[in-house]
Amino acid sequence: MQEAKLILEDGSKFSGFSFGSHAPTTGEVVFNTGMVGYPESLTDPSYRGQILVLTYPLIGNYGVPGNEREDNLLKFFESEKIQVAGLIVTDYSHEYSHWNAKKSLSVWMQEQNIPGIYNVDTRELTKKLRKKGTMLGKIIHDDERISLRDPNKQNLVAEVSIQKPIVYKKGKLKVLLVDCGMKNSIIRAFLKRDFSVVRVPWDYDFTTEDVDGIVLSNGPGDPKKCNEIIEHVKTMLSKNIPILGICLGSQILALAAGANTYKLKYGHRSQNQPCMECGTNRCYITSQNHGYAVDADTLSQDWREWFTNGNDQTNEGIKHLSKPFFGAQFHPEASPGPDDTEFLFDLFTRAMK
Amino acid sequence: MINHKKPKWKKILLLGSGAIRIGQAGEFDYSGSQAIKALKEECIKTILINPNIATIQTSDYLADKVYFLPVNASFVEKVITKERPDGILLGFGGQTGLNVGLELAEKGVLKKYKVEVLGTPIQAIQDTEDRELFVKKIKEIGLKVPVSKAVKNVNDAVAFAEEIGYPVMCRIAYALGGLGSGVAHNRKQIVELTKKAFSYSNQILIEEYLGGWKELEYEVVRDQYDNCVVVCSMENVDPMGIHTGESIVTAPVQTLSASEAFKLRSISIRVIRHLGIVGECNIQFALDPQSEDYRVIEVNARLSRSSALASKATGYPLAFIAAKLSLGYSLTQVQNIITGETSACFEPALDYVVVKFPRWDLHKFKRVSVRLGSEMKSVGEVMAVGRSFEEALQKAIRMLDCGMNGLVCNSLEFSDLETELRKPTDKRIFAIVEALKKGYSIEDIAKFSKVTPWFLYKIRNIVEIETKMKRYTLAEVPHAFLKEAKQKGFSDHQIALLTKSSEPEVRKRRKKLKIIPSVKQIDTLAAEYPAQTNYLYMTYNGSTDDIDFKQKHQVVVLGGGAYRIGSSVEFDWCCVNSVTTLRKLKYQTIMINCNPETVSTDYDICDKLYFEELTFERVLDIYEKETPLGMIVSMGGQIPNNLALSLHEVGVPILGTSPQDIDIAEDRHKFSALLDTLGVDQPAWKELTSLETAEDFANKVGYPVLVRPSYVLSGAAMSIALSNMELREYLKKASEVSKKYPVVISKFITGAKEIEIDAVADHGKLYCYAISEHVENAGVHSGDATIVLPPQRTYIETMRRVKIIAKNVAASLKITGPFNIQFIAKDNEVKVIECNLRASRSFPFVSKVFKINFIDLATKIIMGKRVPPIDRSAFDLDYVGVKASQFSFMRLKGSDPILGVEMASTGEVACLGDDFNEAFLKSLLSIEFKLPKKTILLSTGPIESKTDFIKSTWILKTLGFTFYATKGTADFMVANGIPVEVLHWPLERKEPNTLTYIAKGKIDLVINIPKNIEKEELDNDYLIRRKAVDFNVPLITNLQLAKRFVESISQVTLSDLKIKSWDEYK
Repeated sequence: MQEAKLILEDGSKFSGFSFGSHAPTTGEVVFNTGMVGYPESLTDPSYRGQILVLTYPLIGNYGVPGNEREDNLLKFFESEKIQVAGLIVTDYSHEYSHWNAKKSLSVWMQEQNIPGIYNVDTRELTKKLRKKGTMLGKIIHDDERISLRDPNKQNLVAEVSIQKPIVYKKGKLKVLLVDCGMKNSIIRAFLKRDFSVVRVPWDYDFTTEDVDGIVLSNGPGDPKKCNEIIEHVKTMLSKNIPILGICLGSQILALAAGANTYKLKYGHRSQNQPCMECGTNRCYITSQNHGYAVDADTLSQDWREWFTNGNDQTNEGIKHLSKPFFGAQFHPEASPGPDDTEFLFDLFTRAMK
Repeated sequence: MINHKKPKWKKILLLGSGAIRIGQAGEFDYSGSQAIKALKEECIKTILINPNIATIQTSDYLADKVYFLPVNASFVEKVITKERPDGILLGFGGQTGLNVGLELAEKGVLKKYKVEVLGTPIQAIQDTEDRELFVKKIKEIGLKVPVSKAVKNVNDAVAFAEEIGYPVMCRIAYALGGLGSGVAHNRKQIVELTKKAFSYSNQILIEEYLGGWKELEYEVVRDQYDNCVVVCSMENVDPMGIHTGESIVTAPVQTLSASEAFKLRSISIRVIRHLGIVGECNIQFALDPQSEDYRVIEVNARLSRSSALASKATGYPLAFIAAKLSLGYSLTQVQNIITGETSACFEPALDYVVVKFPRWDLHKFKRVSVRLGSEMKSVGEVMAVGRSFEEALQKAIRMLDCGMNGLVCNSLEFSDLETELRKPTDKRIFAIVEALKKGYSIEDIAKFSKVTPWFLYKIRNIVEIETKMKRYTLAEVPHAFLKEAKQKGFSDHQIALLTKSSEPEVRKRRKKLKIIPSVKQIDTLAAEYPAQTNYLYMTYNGSTDDIDFKQKHQVVVLGGGAYRIGSSVEFDWCCVNSVTTLRKLKYQTIMINCNPETVSTDYDICDKLYFEELTFERVLDIYEKETPLGMIVSMGGQIPNNLALSLHEVGVPILGTSPQDIDIAEDRHKFSALLDTLGVDQPAWKELTSLETAEDFANKVGYPVLVRPSYVLSGAAMSIALSNMELREYLKKASEVSKKYPVVISKFITGAKEIEIDAVADHGKLYCYAISEHVENAGVHSGDATIVLPPQRTYIETMRRVKIIAKNVAASLKITGPFNIQFIAKDNEVKVIECNLRASRSFPFVSKVFKINFIDLATKIIMGKRVPPIDRSAFDLDYVGVKASQFSFMRLKGSDPILGVEMASTGEVACLGDDFNEAFLKSLLSIEFKLPKKTILLSTGPIESKTDFIKSTWILKTLGFTFYATKGTADFMVANGIPVEVLHWPLERKEPNTLTYIAKGKIDLVINIPKNIEKEELDNDYLIRRKAVDFNVPLITNLQLAKRFVESISQVTLSDLKIKSWDEYK
């Protein structure tokens, strides 16, 4: 058992034992309260640059699935590789059992050079992050000297996006998906509904493309860093092609519409966020992973708040009054998480037809 | 928009679940109490029908009116006629409440009296309860159910089984706890199973057998606006094929991928929506361990044992919220009481793991099968919380209080491990441990047991630590390894056993190394939001405490642990009442308990709730953190009572009677010496260490004698021996008799009455008391006896002597608080047979009959508060209370349904009446005793009891009953001029046979008074009794009870039973 430490920017230390890779790392330390779904979460590009703390203590139980592909996407993951910079858990399960598992979580992390620490009081760590807000931190094993790096200063979206467009062929209707750090499940949601998907890099100029709808994907970091795409979206707002923004995409949509965004103290990262649909008695349980939010008070006359968070009343979605423009702060594609809001894809595809 | 209108109902009727029995236990006290609280908040009047007098829900401060009456359609209709409620809640009284509700709806009673069913509509209940409808409904939305067919006779069952191929599963519609269900591997088995099943139900279901699939449960909530949340997911460690009530269960699910876990969640929501449930339901799934293939097994459209567990496991108050949703609220309008900040419309995130473990008491029963299967046999359960599976599992095993030190460090032996793994018994988890030690591979164990390997790996981790720990002495154990062992749930005692040291030494060493547990909160949101919660547990997988320990004036009340035979909801009532009084006295209260079926573990009951082990180590851990003023050990039954002295010795202040005095009452020798000095008589007894001395003693005092083995793991029970031969037989069977394990033999006095006193004393002065008498003669365990208060047939002189003895005992033991003494009385001679310096099982009964809360008073006295003297006239009642015991023999296949010195009942009811007969009949009906209409099968035992019963037989004849009897009894009856038809003994295998007549429903009541003679005759009697139980024919096996029953039905008829609420008895 090799020891490992997490050191936060306020100097606090959490010691435990190493699993995965033994390489040192640094990043923004965030927590997720989901109880299942580490293969999906770890490959979610929205976690780019972050050290993920899982509050559920038992991790690794069902191993990690293999690299089977379907529609040219890794079938069991949300992107091509592990995106988190590091992983902090309480009780790592060295043995796993599941019919679909091919390797252990630790082996998978070793293969991708991602370090992990177990035997950490993740509840205590979470409380600290909740009280003080998200902090930078580093994982070290001996006394390696590495300095803290704030991933939000980098262009994370550029790091996780693709270089050139990829087409996923299905039916006649075509969705253009702007990849800001997209989860594979968003593509799957459209392929399942028999739409072809054109996945384009984050800074791709799509303003003149002939498509039936545009999806602005989720992704890591501060939406205000996404100037290029905000400009492209602004152009599209004068047209009538349906637009769906998911998570970061919703924030980009809001920024393009002239509203403001801000950083949450410690973000929403879980599979149990209640979202109220404004003007109704309906509440949906959603999967979320974001550190920034739309300031609904700054929305212009043409826009309405669509969903709000049942816990802290922050904005969870916006929609345009007359045009088919929608933004959801949560993840309708779930994975991992509840599929209560999958109907958003139906609603959006209906707008495209 | 959200509708803020107040609910329209003014008066709502709530159906309770009646006596505690296997399959339906204390969880419904929790759910009913929560429902009443939810209704009270809305200023709606509540009417409760529940004969379970020991429940919290039947307290005077909860429902507006309480009826201690049978929960059946005829009584409920009468209450409806009288009370005219405008709404009824059916989902809070278990299967009993649901079935009665359905019957009332089907009979048109609810419509006639304009009683609206709140929450889940009747149609949805029918759709979930009727297997055929259920299957149809689930298929309508394209979901998978096991291939199955409802059949109405044995031939069709066989035909379908052969069509889909054996093995097949047989299930009964409308059954609680899987009653009558089973697996048939061939034609013979299916014929046997279905024949029996058709005696309770006219419809059974034959379905594909999914043994070995993973079993999962989801708890789902829906409001009338169609908002749905899945509050908890649970995974059974035991695979399909073992009833979920018999399974070790974890929350949340452990071995499912996100895709599987959320797929089942989606299905749950589709199902609850399609069925139209409003409130709460539980959905059971089977999941193929090799793919994502699944089956929806069943839906319970009501609060259930699993929902109580889910509530405690997550902190989400399911019953309370279900009640609010029934009133028309939306999930978003109800607050999350735990965080105080967020709404109930969310799904709890756990940052700990929960393990539920069932408690069985199978050794209490003669001839019972110990194999686990699709029928429930467990009598209670515990829930352990930890931050590693190993930690939670070992805690859970200790919480069971079955003499196990945890998963390992137990002395159990298995002769045939593979069979133990393949055909599980209540000891299976220990068989897995043994198999690992013997070198079985995880693959083989998984193959035999069908337990998912992940759980086996975790068990192996514990076994490996055990092995490694043995290599060290305590001083040598490395710091990190000691910590690891604690993190994997090892107790100080286990470590002491392994390192050949002592528990105090281990404690000292680990504290020196700063290995101490942390206190963590259960907050429903995994620390995402700050929470006000007082719901706590302890773990070694943590570095800091969630709370500070600044409170002053704290008092700890130790709870009763798992429900079991002998300790059940009564002690929970005592604990809750004690805590309630302490709060009124402005103390900060701390409750420690580990039973998810209780009200005492509702976090609104106390100021702090530790869901924790009731062990010396853990209680002391809590004491050291919290430094309370003291602990009350007299409310939770025997577990806290047993901890008193050891806690006292390490300096924990024990409130109430001093632990040394408790010890005098507990120690047979000391107590006997005390009685001698007080000049109080007791049956002759002696502790003996060899067979010869035992025989000598028995011959000296004369047979019969009562034989009490010291408690060893073989689980030998108490018994009565009539002769040297029996004594020898028994001692051979029971255990080794040695200096280490002596046996206690006492003179058994025949034909004596049994009397109890429940009392409270203040510094040795008797403050208040209740004397009650048993209907059955001494020899029937007091927990099984029918108890009458105030006594109707006890001499005044006897009562006077009982009181004087209680006074003297109280004075000499300086009792402060509750106590109970049991006596036998014959011809005004009174002998003491037992004394407990704690609350007893009958405290709620006497408190509610007298309307004087003994526990409230005892708590005040314990805390040194002044209590005014009680007006003597308060004990002068114009009515009678009768407590009757509920047995669960039907569920315990093969068990001999007979009363004896070992307690066998699982619960009790009590009813009030203007006289004994009325209260007695009500209480019998409350334990679902069906009054006979025409025919009675008699077999009245030895000649003395035949003679004794002949007068009763005459009365029965006058009442128009006709008789069947076995040869001896028939001869005796004919000689006395009573016409009777003779039936052959079972083993004669000749028709007309007793067994055939019982099976064919030709007999309404079996009175079978056992004899203690020849083996063959014993077997014959057993077969008759068992058949009666298997075919749901009422059975009386006690002569005194039979006589009183005959007297009562001759004097009171059903229509004489008055519909009076508790407050109408003045």
